[in-house]
Amino acid sequence: MKRSNPMRQRLAALCLFGVLLLTYPLLGLPGGDWNGLPAVYLYLFGVWAGLILLAAMVAERRA
Amino acid sequence: MLSAGFVLLLSAAYLGLLFAVARYGDARADAGKSIISANVYALSLAVYCTSWTFYGSVGRATSGGLSFLTIYLGPTLMLLFVGVIVKMIRISKDQRITSIADFIASRYGKSQLLAGLVTVIAVVGIIPYIALQLKAVSASLEIVLKTSSDDLVPGFLDATFVVAALLALFTILFGTRHLDATERHEGMVAAVAVESVVKLVAFLAVGLFVTYGMFGGFADLFARAAAHPDLANLLRLDASRAGTWAALILLSGLAIVFLPRQFQVIVVENVDESHLRRAVWLFPLYLLLINIFVLPIALGGLLHFQGQPFNPDTFVLTLPLSRGAEALALLVFIGGLSAATGMVIVETIALSTMVCNDLVMPFLLRSRRLGAGSGEDLSGLLIGIRRAAIVAILLLGYIYYRAAGEAYALVGIGLISFAAVAQFAPAMIGGMYWKLGTRAGALAGLVGGFAVWLYTLLLPSFAKSGWIDNGFVAAGLFGIPALKAQALFGLTGLDEISHSLWWSLFVNLGLYIGVSLLSRPDAVEAGQAERFVDVFRRSSADADARLWRGTASPGELAALLERFLGRARARQQLDAFAAARSVDDWRALPADAEFVRFAEAQLSGAIGSASARVMVASVAQEENLGLEEVLDILDEATQVRAYSRELEAKSLELEAATAELRAANERLREVDRMKDDFISTVTHELRTPLTSIRALSEMLHEDPEIASDDRTRFLGIIVVEAERLTRLINQILDMAKLESGRAEWTTSAVDVGEVAREASESLGQLFRDKGVALECVVAEGLPTVLADRDRLTQVMINLLSNAVKFVDRDKGSVQVRVGGDGDRVRVEVEDNGPGLTPEEAVVIFEKFRQGGNTMTDKPQGTGLGLPISRQIVEYFGGNLWVESRPGAGARFIFTVPLPDRT
Repeated sequence: MKRSNPMRQRLAALCLFGVLLLTYPLLGLPGGDWNGLPAVYLYLFGVWAGLILLAAMVAERRA
Repeated sequence: MLSAGFVLLLSAAYLGLLFAVARYGDARADAGKSIISANVYALSLAVYCTSWTFYGSVGRATSGGLSFLTIYLGPTLMLLFVGVIVKMIRISKDQRITSIADFIASRYGKSQLLAGLVTVIAVVGIIPYIALQLKAVSASLEIVLKTSSDDLVPGFLDATFVVAALLALFTILFGTRHLDATERHEGMVAAVAVESVVKLVAFLAVGLFVTYGMFGGFADLFARAAAHPDLANLLRLDASRAGTWAALILLSGLAIVFLPRQFQVIVVENVDESHLRRAVWLFPLYLLLINIFVLPIALGGLLHFQGQPFNPDTFVLTLPLSRGAEALALLVFIGGLSAATGMVIVETIALSTMVCNDLVMPFLLRSRRLGAGSGEDLSGLLIGIRRAAIVAILLLGYIYYRAAGEAYALVGIGLISFAAVAQFAPAMIGGMYWKLGTRAGALAGLVGGFAVWLYTLLLPSFAKSGWIDNGFVAAGLFGIPALKAQALFGLTGLDEISHSLWWSLFVNLGLYIGVSLLSRPDAVEAGQAERFVDVFRRSSADADARLWRGTASPGELAALLERFLGRARARQQLDAFAAARSVDDWRALPADAEFVRFAEAQLSGAIGSASARVMVASVAQEENLGLEEVLDILDEATQVRAYSRELEAKSLELEAATAELRAANERLREVDRMKDDFISTVTHELRTPLTSIRALSEMLHEDPEIASDDRTRFLGIIVVEAERLTRLINQILDMAKLESGRAEWTTSAVDVGEVAREASESLGQLFRDKGVALECVVAEGLPTVLADRDRLTQVMINLLSNAVKFVDRDKGSVQVRVGGDGDRVRVEVEDNGPGLTPEEAVVIFEKFRQGGNTMTDKPQGTGLGLPISRQIVEYFGGNLWVESRPGAGARFIFTVPLPDRT
């Protein structure tokens, strides 16, 4: 029996980090335009993609 | 213009293809070669994206801007809590759980009442959602064909009914081919994965078409929208809706696990826990891709249809059609069909399992004809009930669709369904992590939460549709303002979904915790609580075995299995069980606790844990264990586990200590061996000169007649050998002092250049005798170092005498260079002698190892000079090494660090 599983804990930490980034008040920060695109659109998809990338790196790493 | 016949033919062909995929998947599963890989599993989770996503997201975006994203961010975050999901899967495999109702019922003492309640909540919450899928299919058909769907089918039938009937047939063929204890449908999962790919491709295609075909890309689309005052608002988030934003993330995060179809694909259909490693990122990636173009399509539709009547829910179809892209519209239609059929099939299978096991079976088993004691084979009846349940559920969905039509109760149902299944969260999650949660608490929480949900969400949606009087929403029940359905106790400022979620979870959680703490579990519950919460820690079946006491006969248990699983399947399982216990024939097995547990687990897979328990109890006389006794057994098991863990820790410590001791012992032996080697080498080195001295002096002593020049030669040799002996002994003593740290050092400021020059001068005669050129180059202005001058001179003389020893007579040349090297002084002694091989360059620094071949050549030194020199240099913090290649001379280098300039 494994008493602790670092992969699960890393992913859970990633989740908490994501919750902070994807809710208010931090979500209220991006405003206006970035290169002609709405900043909040880029911010939401950027953070989302970043979370997916990190999750992939954590989950697919050979134990 | 697309012809109706063509579209219907294409749809039928597509469904036929899916069916072929499913049959292939089932055939492979039967052959033991599962096609469910990690990727297929991850894609099957995308059954989450129904037609409500496919058509509805764009509609939501036209009114709420980016807030539709919360429905997909929640699942992304929830999947990262992979520990919860793994635990759910492990428990379900352990307990043969096949539905969410079974999970909750099993945890709280296999309660039929609880299972029934969960089933009712799920059916009430989900039927309208199924109706919405039917509506989406018929609405998309009408748009593609530009005609009312009722014209397609003759007579009293309408197209939606035909769709529902086809789906029912399809689901029956997919989902109830045979009874399986695991309730797994690999073919269906494979088909759902294919559908997921199709709907993603279709949505991306229409997204690219609108963004780049109809407009000039993202920047152009956003710029045009920003110029429009109504649309500019959709590009911003409304910070005043922060509460709604968070609530929707929570709601969708719960829905991804607790919707019956999601529980089915994530937990029940999981074949390998490691597949989650892929799903944890691939499924969120899928959600991200399918959402990228939602806002662009919404903006594109609003800009394109300005001033005309339009329905934003159908933009994905009407936009391509408005430009005559009929093939693309057809692809989108197939994508929408995939989204709807995938959802309906999986949801209906999940619900039919629950309805059959948890609503119908309990009644049937109570009736005298089918209940205990009757020997009738019920496996066929079970499948019949499932099929009837599938038909009934789809029929209810159709009726609801007919009744609701365009009413609000249908359009807003997606989130209303989510809020219904969110009521399972406290009992589920609490049950997995909190042993004190009781059946009474779970019942109270579920009833309370469901009631609040009904009152604050479902009934108001009926009222909005005009089916019931909306007085309780506008003025409050009985005219009491505090009871206004969507501003309960004056709570305002939230939208209806957040309002309902807040109150229902508040009541649900409050009752679950409060009642749990005030009630006591019975014996079965306490046992199940232990099995659920400690599922990762349970190692032995020992406590399990002791938790059941009574008498049973193998024959009766086997007969029970045959009744519910069918004869062939029951025999197969019994043989496998006997083989696992190394017995040839199951009839020879004792009807002990393990056998009873096996039988109950098999039945659980077929009829749910609650009914299985009742059936097993009907043939086995179980002695009732009191709660105290059960708790004692569980405590004991916990204690045994704690002891064994302690023992394990102790033995690990011991092992570590033993390993350390062994290593220390090994080192001691090594040192001892080195000492022995040293002594034997020293003895050998001393004996060589002694032997020659003794031999010569004996000759001189015994033969007085020796010629005088021989005599002189012998005496000369004796003197040289005696000197060598003295030098050797001095150096051994020196070495011993250095190694033991007892050497005396007098440290002072030393000019290394001067030391080099003096050493060269003092050895000048030796070089001149052999005809070897010696050159000494000292850089100007070198700082002094802190060192022992005599010791440094000793190193210099050692290096120079080595050099002169190895170069050729009359042709040799030796160069000494002294210079700075950063924060240290560097001294080089270079010769043009025979050079050293890389191996020699290492061994010459070992004690008693000399350059040249010691076997054939006469030894020219003691073999201690270089080791001593290295010890000295290292004592002052420097290094001594050699750079050399065979035939290219050797360059000995040592460095001495400058003192810190502080």
